[in-house]
Amino acid sequence: MRTCLVVDDSRVIRKVARRIIEDMGFEVAEAGDGLEALAWCRASMPDAILLDWNMPALNGIDFLRQLRRERGGEGPTVVFCTVENDLDHIREALACGAAEYIMKPFDSDIVQSKFAQAKLL
Amino acid sequence: MKADEVEFVVEVCRAAAGLRVDGDKIYLIESRLAPVARREGFGSIREMLISARQRKEEKLLWSVVEAMAQGETCFFRDAAMFDRLRDEILPQLAVRRATGTPIRIWSAGCAMGQEPYSVAMTVEEAGAGVLACGVEITGSDLSERALEKAQSGLYTQFEVQRGLPIRLLPRHFEKRDELWALSPRLRSMVRWRRVNLNADLRNLSGFDIILCRNVLAMMTPEAHERALGQLVQALAPGGYLALGAEEPSGILPDGLIALDGGLHRLDPAARAAA
Repeated sequence: MRTCLVVDDSRVIRKVARRIIEDMGFEVAEAGDGLEALAWCRASMPDAILLDWNMPALNGIDFLRQLRRERGGEGPTVVFCTVENDLDHIREALACGAAEYIMKPFDSDIVQSKFAQAKLL
Repeated sequence: MKADEVEFVVEVCRAAAGLRVDGDKIYLIESRLAPVARREGFGSIREMLISARQRKEEKLLWSVVEAMAQGETCFFRDAAMFDRLRDEILPQLAVRRATGTPIRIWSAGCAMGQEPYSVAMTVEEAGAGVLACGVEITGSDLSERALEKAQSGLYTQFEVQRGLPIRLLPRHFEKRDELWALSPRLRSMVRWRRVNLNADLRNLSGFDIILCRNVLAMMTPEAHERALGQLVQALAPGGYLALGAEEPSGILPDGLIALDGGLHRLDPAARAAA
């Protein structure tokens, strides 16, 4: 089964996202910030990462930069999922190697359509 | 809604637009018409229908029909079809034509414009040969309101997250308050026209590609057959007709060959023989 790491500091968002992504056939793990996510990835690289931007400890974009320098860190397909909805943030995310970008609020249709575009489905 | 009101709606939709409305789905009819009644200043659907019936108000009747004709739409619906346009069909059409004759594309039943704009974005990526030939895109719909919204090129955050790959957002859109505005360059690639596919379409002809996806399926069998025949008449020899990927095409008119993924092609020799 393919794996997806859901990284968000909101427990509610993690729970909603988990349900949607599990329904698409992924095994889901959760992390509450970038540092926790990095530790998770060092132990076992997921196939996909749903990534919030603003988080304590290590934010989403800095996590992504660091991830890509890790061994095997080129592997995961990263989909941002954030309230940041301006073009500067989107351009920066794409430049850092994100495959897709979801602007909150989201629903299952949007997550599914974005995962499909990122070739995860 | 009462049975005679439902029957009236079903009949008006059939007569005006060849639209097939299921009279058993009263909930659906009510959910479509309630906003129209509110907008037009009536206290209820019933009041609106009485007024439409007694005074035979054309505009009001059309508002009812247009509300019932609304379909689902998104950017790049059936993405594989757009890949094929970009990689195969548009370049081939560009090679085969004389200079100075643009490739003509018609998006029939384009709702709020996502389809013709997806075509415009596809054209931009189809290579220099296609751009050099020039491409004319026409978006048509039954609904004047839908066309107005399409022409504005303004979409909600929700709408731009349906089908549009994120890399195309910074490329073609700008944020304007809470909405996303399509670039003037792309907007200028599409011309708009109100077309009822149930009417006489003889003044539309010579299209190299017609997209009419998930529209005919909403029509009565008779209207479907007639509209399909007219769309084929509007194709240039060797032209392509894209129906919905999952849409039943019904009986195909002579000369129309089914490819896959809802795509059809008019036999290049068919018109000469007829």
